[in-house]
Amino acid sequence: MTVSVVVTGLGIAAPNGLGAADYWAATRAGRSGIGPVTRFDPTAYPARLAGEVPGFVAADHLPGRLLPQTDHMTRLALVSADWALLDAGIRPDDLPEFAAGVVTASSAGGFEFGQNELRALWSKGSQYVSAYQSFAWFYAVNTGQISIRHGLRGPSGVLVSDQAGGLDAIAQARRQIRRGSQVIVSGGVDASICPWGWVAQLTSGRLSNDDDPTTAYRPFDAGASGHVAGEGGALLVLEDERAARARGARVYGRVAGYGTTFDPRPGSGREPGLRRAVEIALLDADLTPGDIDVVFADAAAVPELDHIEARALTEVFGPRGVPVTAPKSMTGRLNSGAGPLDVAAALLAIRDGVIPPTINVSPRVDLDLDLVTGEERVAPLRSALVLARGFGGFNSALVVTDAR
Amino acid sequence: MPNTEFTIDDLRRILREGAGTEEGVDLDADILDTDFEELGYESLALLETCGRIEREYGVTLDDDALAGARTPRALLGLVHSHLATVHAG
Repeated sequence: MTVSVVVTGLGIAAPNGLGAADYWAATRAGRSGIGPVTRFDPTAYPARLAGEVPGFVAADHLPGRLLPQTDHMTRLALVSADWALLDAGIRPDDLPEFAAGVVTASSAGGFEFGQNELRALWSKGSQYVSAYQSFAWFYAVNTGQISIRHGLRGPSGVLVSDQAGGLDAIAQARRQIRRGSQVIVSGGVDASICPWGWVAQLTSGRLSNDDDPTTAYRPFDAGASGHVAGEGGALLVLEDERAARARGARVYGRVAGYGTTFDPRPGSGREPGLRRAVEIALLDADLTPGDIDVVFADAAAVPELDHIEARALTEVFGPRGVPVTAPKSMTGRLNSGAGPLDVAAALLAIRDGVIPPTINVSPRVDLDLDLVTGEERVAPLRSALVLARGFGGFNSALVVTDAR
Repeated sequence: MPNTEFTIDDLRRILREGAGTEEGVDLDADILDTDFEELGYESLALLETCGRIEREYGVTLDDDALAGARTPRALLGLVHSHLATVHAG
């Protein structure tokens, strides 16, 4: 019998709310966290808006020893992991030594830290580069720092597949639990709102150049003109359901299904992989399209990509066949943090029986989507599908269900 | 002109700037003979600390000798001997 894997803890750092409670309150109310970039002067860059996590003072949450050795995104990740474990009621010290691990996703590593040290290298010399550059900008650094901080010495790793990575990490966490781990901290927190990270993101050609926070990121809208980049994400505590039940844990829901595909070569004329990813995830969850109560969309806000996503959804669910939402319209796209944040939102939506809205969007009629816009929609929810696509052809789909 | 004095207070400042302070550790206490490990500093923290001493004081510290300097007193002694060499030269 396959081991059932459940989510028992959430830790969130999002542009529209620091902490799960603030994030969820803002998301249900349709409050955006998108505004002008403040982490550096964006005047000279074509994209000048971002979703920045508000009110985060690392020294309020983390010991002094960790500050000189961590990028901003690692600090957000460490605090999110603290909150997720606390929320789950897990004290890692009480677990057997190798029973718990960490699997995160990363799209860029610690870019701001890396930028500062490379600047020191080229402007002052190698003697001025921090010893902590030896790991602080690595993709795996969040996994490593969370592991060290909590003594989580079980199977661990990092997945790198741009925005799809956050869902891929949760799927890998589920694999590790099925192989015998009791607890895996998983998800993703990304941040590269610094000049070097910005230039890297601009190369995608997908960042919106609009300076108006209310129109800059409008997925599925006729005015879609790219996305706003954001920082943050979510870390989740995943557990073997039997162990979670045995300790009387509060269970948010089950990681019921996962599918991932890679797009065919550009220009091949073959169908993109997103529809198959959805179908594989449904099959894995042993559910039919009619069982899915809401879809959290990838929401690229690039007309062709919006069309591909809408088409995949109408082919699987029928025209306007399932409610679709994109709360990331309030945060911007968070790279590897996006999927886990949407999974957290989906679990909270299931708990509260509400679908959070997509804001600032009037959906194109020809896309045939039942997009939840303006205000939250009350609906009994048992199963949610979360989609995430990564630059270069990654498609991932994850199904979460209530734990009843 | 590099500095010629290296005191325990200089070391405290550089430790704080380069590696931060471990929770529950008071660097202002009498730490001269306390192991760096006990103060919460592993080898990478000491590497960063020595890098900062080297560039601030214009000395080059030998890696093997560094590895043997397990306390602030030993590290101060090592830096002093290098500073003396610099000035003699």
